[in-house]
Amino acid sequence: MTSELDIFVGNTTLIDEDVYRLWLDGYSVTDAVALRVRSGILEQTGATAAVLQSDTMDHYRTFHMLERLLHAPPKLLHQLIFQIPPSRQALLIERYYAFDEAFVREVLGKKLSKGTKKDLDDISTKTGITLKSCRRQFDNFKRVFKVVEEMRGSLVDNIQQHFLLSDRLARDYAAIVFFANNRFETGKKKLQYLSFGDFAFCAELMIQNWTLGAVDSQMDDMDMDLDKEFLQDLKELKVLVADKDLLDLHKSLVCTALRGKLGVFSEMEANFKNLSRGLVNVAAKLTHNKDVRDLFVDLVEKFVEPCRSDHWPLSDVRFFLSQYAASVHSLDGFRHQTLWDRYMGTLRGCLLRLYHD
Amino acid sequence: MPGKLKVKIVAGRHLPVMDRASDLTDAFVEVKFGNTTFKTDVYLKSLNPQWNSEWFKFEVDDEDLQDEPLQITVLDHDTYSANDAIGKVYIDIDPLLYSEAATVISGWFPIYDTIHGIRGEINVVVKVDLFNDLNRFRQSSCGVKFFCTTSIPKCYRAVIIHGFVEELVVNEDPEYQWIDRIRTPRASNEARQRLISLMSGELQRKIGLKVLEMRGNAVVGYLQCFDLEGESGLVVRAIGTACTLDKLSSPAAFLPACNSPSKEMKESPLVHPPSHGCRSTHNSPIHTATGSRLTQNFSVSVPTLIYTGMGSGSAGKEGGPFKALLRQQTQSALEQREFPFFTLTAFPPGFLVHVGGVVSARSVKLLDRIHNPDEPETRDAWWAEIRQEIKSHAKALGCHAVVGYSESTSICEEVCILSASGTAAVLNPRFLQDGTVEGCLEQRLEENLPTRCGFCHIPYDELNMPFPAHLTYCYNCRKQKVPDVLFTTIDLPTDATVIGKGCLIQARLCRLKKKAQAEANATAISNLLPFMEYEVHTQLMNKLKLKGMNALFGLRIQITVGENMLMGLASATGVYLAALPTPGGIQIAGKTPNDGSYEQHISHMQKKINDTIAKNKELYEINPPEISEEIIGSPIPEPRQRSRLLRSQSESSDEVTELDLSHGKKDAFVLEIDDTDAMEDVHSLLTDVPPPSGFYSCNTEIMPGINNWTSEIQMFTSVRVIRLSSLNLTNQALNKNFNDLCENLLKSLYFKLRSMIPCCLCHVNFTVSLPEDELIQVTVTAVAITFDKNQALQTTKTHVEKSLQRASTDNEELLQFPLELCSDSLPSHPLPPAKEHLESASSNSGIPAAQRDRCSSWIELIKLKAQTIRRGSIKTTVTVEKASPVGDGNFRNRPAPPCANSTVGVVKMTPLSFIPGAKITKYLGIINMFFIRETTSLREEGGVSGFLHAFIAEVFAMVRAHVAALGGNAVVSYIMKQCVFMENPNKNQAQCLINVSGDAVVFVRESDLEVVSTQQPTANCQSSGTEGEVTT
Repeated sequence: MTSELDIFVGNTTLIDEDVYRLWLDGYSVTDAVALRVRSGILEQTGATAAVLQSDTMDHYRTFHMLERLLHAPPKLLHQLIFQIPPSRQALLIERYYAFDEAFVREVLGKKLSKGTKKDLDDISTKTGITLKSCRRQFDNFKRVFKVVEEMRGSLVDNIQQHFLLSDRLARDYAAIVFFANNRFETGKKKLQYLSFGDFAFCAELMIQNWTLGAVDSQMDDMDMDLDKEFLQDLKELKVLVADKDLLDLHKSLVCTALRGKLGVFSEMEANFKNLSRGLVNVAAKLTHNKDVRDLFVDLVEKFVEPCRSDHWPLSDVRFFLSQYAASVHSLDGFRHQTLWDRYMGTLRGCLLRLYHD
Repeated sequence: MPGKLKVKIVAGRHLPVMDRASDLTDAFVEVKFGNTTFKTDVYLKSLNPQWNSEWFKFEVDDEDLQDEPLQITVLDHDTYSANDAIGKVYIDIDPLLYSEAATVISGWFPIYDTIHGIRGEINVVVKVDLFNDLNRFRQSSCGVKFFCTTSIPKCYRAVIIHGFVEELVVNEDPEYQWIDRIRTPRASNEARQRLISLMSGELQRKIGLKVLEMRGNAVVGYLQCFDLEGESGLVVRAIGTACTLDKLSSPAAFLPACNSPSKEMKESPLVHPPSHGCRSTHNSPIHTATGSRLTQNFSVSVPTLIYTGMGSGSAGKEGGPFKALLRQQTQSALEQREFPFFTLTAFPPGFLVHVGGVVSARSVKLLDRIHNPDEPETRDAWWAEIRQEIKSHAKALGCHAVVGYSESTSICEEVCILSASGTAAVLNPRFLQDGTVEGCLEQRLEENLPTRCGFCHIPYDELNMPFPAHLTYCYNCRKQKVPDVLFTTIDLPTDATVIGKGCLIQARLCRLKKKAQAEANATAISNLLPFMEYEVHTQLMNKLKLKGMNALFGLRIQITVGENMLMGLASATGVYLAALPTPGGIQIAGKTPNDGSYEQHISHMQKKINDTIAKNKELYEINPPEISEEIIGSPIPEPRQRSRLLRSQSESSDEVTELDLSHGKKDAFVLEIDDTDAMEDVHSLLTDVPPPSGFYSCNTEIMPGINNWTSEIQMFTSVRVIRLSSLNLTNQALNKNFNDLCENLLKSLYFKLRSMIPCCLCHVNFTVSLPEDELIQVTVTAVAITFDKNQALQTTKTHVEKSLQRASTDNEELLQFPLELCSDSLPSHPLPPAKEHLESASSNSGIPAAQRDRCSSWIELIKLKAQTIRRGSIKTTVTVEKASPVGDGNFRNRPAPPCANSTVGVVKMTPLSFIPGAKITKYLGIINMFFIRETTSLREEGGVSGFLHAFIAEVFAMVRAHVAALGGNAVVSYIMKQCVFMENPNKNQAQCLINVSGDAVVFVRESDLEVVSTQQPTANCQSSGTEGEVTT
């Protein structure tokens, strides 16, 4: 006796959250059944393995049919085939678009192209995430990217509107799209200690302050591309380190303000010029795409690592950066105060986030 | 010329890409009714076309309005080649033809293609202007209302119940016409769909005419079926009960739920013409006969069997000259009618006086080609014969009517088994004379007490029993005689007293049969049928006793014929009727006393059986009050006197009359000692696993003993097909396979629905078919309803206190405790805990998913002020601006509510005639849909399971869309009448035909009703609601 056909269709589509998770994680039906058995569900419910198998198959089939709709979540809301309560719809979408930290760190800042897709095999081996799940996550990134690129308006809002994601997840996707678009390097060994959250935080600050959207909310692509004019202008900051008087004045202003308040005052005093050069040079280089990509590598190399090697506590870094940014206002010869604030305000936030072990 | 049909095509959405080059579609629509066709403009390059057409007007006869469906075809315009069809929508406009139902059909319909399934949706508005027609000789029957519901619909009052109406129409099946060889599968499927749509329209119109002739205005319990006779043609037949219904004025409906709002149901209807005179009562619990008649003057004589519920079989030509005489004397107007049948299964209290037992008849026919479709006499004659037989069986039981009547067929190649069954009953003539509606209420109250057990009392004269039976005095009133076991096809009467809860009882049976042709085949089947019925009955009886119960309701015996086997499946709901005697246990005795070890084995088995009975009694809470033996008339015979292996203790009569079966009547329950089959049968009795705790199941409308339903319902269809492993199967192996199939299916259902616990599977409807040699297909449709466990305890307590022991099985009854009910079961206001549930929905898995769902979706509704869903006026309106792909840039501060604005209204579906916790305010018309789906890429669509899963989901979607377009929010009395699945994996092909029906309704939540209509009770409700959490 073999089962040829075995289906269950409810007027309200049954969604089992646990099975959904297994499906999203890319397990085959057999593996999913084995995992469910291990979870002790048979003992809890008194069901047999055959029942579990049939149930898992059913759910997998349903998810497979739903997947097409999940690719365009508004369709899921308007379709008539599956009657699913709104809260369940939200859950389906949210979980489908959720991603693994380990996976996103691997592809963050990479071009979402076919070439990368081939690398998914390696990523899967490296992270232990099933290839199927990697594909889904990668395709999600790519799909969101395709839909929102060249769209005007806020990136987060666009994502939210077209994919009906929660605010949190939409922000994460904005970061992923932003990173993919600007191809920021995140994979270097130096950067391995950084989490996706760190990058997402920086991305949000950069989107808010450094993109076209920050000055004009009517542009296409406004949140995806950095404001070219702004990057060009950043060269003007070079005077802060090129002009020796200005640099000395800046240093003395910072040191006066921080004397006695910083645990690592002497180290700061000794390193001031190096740090300042580092930060300003990063700004001045941003006209080149290659250097934009290396932004995070540079920040870590030029600022985070020197401070860390001197064992600066985070609070001292915060004091220093505040004073460092604010003191420029007292430099009479310096005329690019607004530009400086736009640059340093964001950079300060980023650096503080990046500064950890 | 009395009608103008107006159609407007508004828009389409989610259309498939028809032009690969542009990834877009140039869609236009053809609107066809009868022979007239209109077209919209072509809407270029869009998957979401906005046609906004003018009103297309069709001027048509109302006869055509009834017969024809409105046919909407969506096409892709192609300049150079033929236009490609995207799909079709058939809209039955019948609901627009009677005044009280829907006034407009408007909404999104799935565009359906028989090869590709649903391909996008189309928004259509349909209206009908009817002109008054005074022509007496008209052929139309506009205005006659149809209901699938097998009771008087909730917002109507029955003025007169006229009786049985039937009709059938036949035609050639387009699938078997010569032209089918040259046309595409799509064209063939569409021709078939259209033909069946036309035929059911015609059938409904003809039935309507009969109703008008009887001066009725409605058909209740309308059941329409298709017989796909293959080469010999296509038969569409329908039966129903003609009634004159009065719409109840609304005030009663909007009373606070504290008083049973369904009281109107209890007003007495009249059977018309009223029957007069005293009725001598005759009774027999079950009375079955198997006949065999073949066409072409070929006939096989088969003994006619009559089973009694007592397990004491008796047989032969029922009655005798004397009894016939007696019956003649008690002829009433009802009996003079051709067929005093009622397709209803639930009746207003007092309507049913006595129930005799189940009557059924079967007949084996050889199909021949229908030569003249306009004269379907052969089929008519076949059914007339069967009905005549049913009628005479009912008479033999001293009953003048048959209730809970239904008909079915099973076809395999050219052999067809026609079956009919029902419950012989005596209806209340006294009640009927007193026709005034006003007086009825008091009268009902007066009469209520005696009638509570009255239906159990035997309807025949004790001295002139049609067969020997074991009678005792009624355990309730102690005045009248009752049988020891009662089998019926109806629902449990609302005023019946039951003890404990009920449960689903199934008898399953397979019989191998040699492959044969024509007459030989029919003969073989006819010969097998009596044995099958007999064994099915024995199994039912044993299982009933094993459960410690004494009555079966909703009994449905299905015999399915296949190439090389016959399958029997009987489903019923077992209950313990307080009026009937306590069932005796099951006794096992060895036949070969010299074998000591065997004796031991037997006693071991006996112990196991006794244990199971005890366990079941506990499980189903069967603890009847102890009654001393003296009060009961006849003593229960000593079990040890019998040398029987397996035998019900309470059997009293072993008389054999005219039956001569192979193992003899005496051995009705005997299983031979050296017969391993017998041992297995006993084992299989014991292997039936009860549902897991928190689950109950029944095949009736409502579960006896549970009356506190909460609002969550889940209707589902489950299909399983198994392939039998080897060709040389034995009957036992077959039985085991079939038994496992059914048991596993039930287990799967319990597992799948575990999040709804405590819940009850109601109206569990199993259908068996044998699509091929080694394939068995089982289709189950049922509804899971949650109930409140704590409340159940309270309720039963209250009942005990009242010492009324009322079987408050009707949903009206649960309204006697409306305050607790509504506050506990319905989250009628946003509670803080519920909000937490919503927010933690993804992380917190400690809360049952279903509950979380309910809470959070409610919150969202509140947030959106989408009161429509609960108020019941759902329209699938779409906010188009949300779908616009380009925002206008000012979105920065938009508080994007993801997912919250679902624009698709919820449509509930249920096989029951009611919706728990809600009140049906309007019936919008009958839904009767037939779909064919075919694929030539079976593997690509996920194999047979993927294919059928998608198709059933699509059928549900189309039903829901039609209901929503009518302005409804639920389908009640939903039934999947046919699910014919054929596959050819080698060719990568499969085809499936599905026929569903139901009543589209508008319902309003009782909690909403209260909020609207009253203040004081609401205040009570809500304060208690805050204390009790939002839990099930």
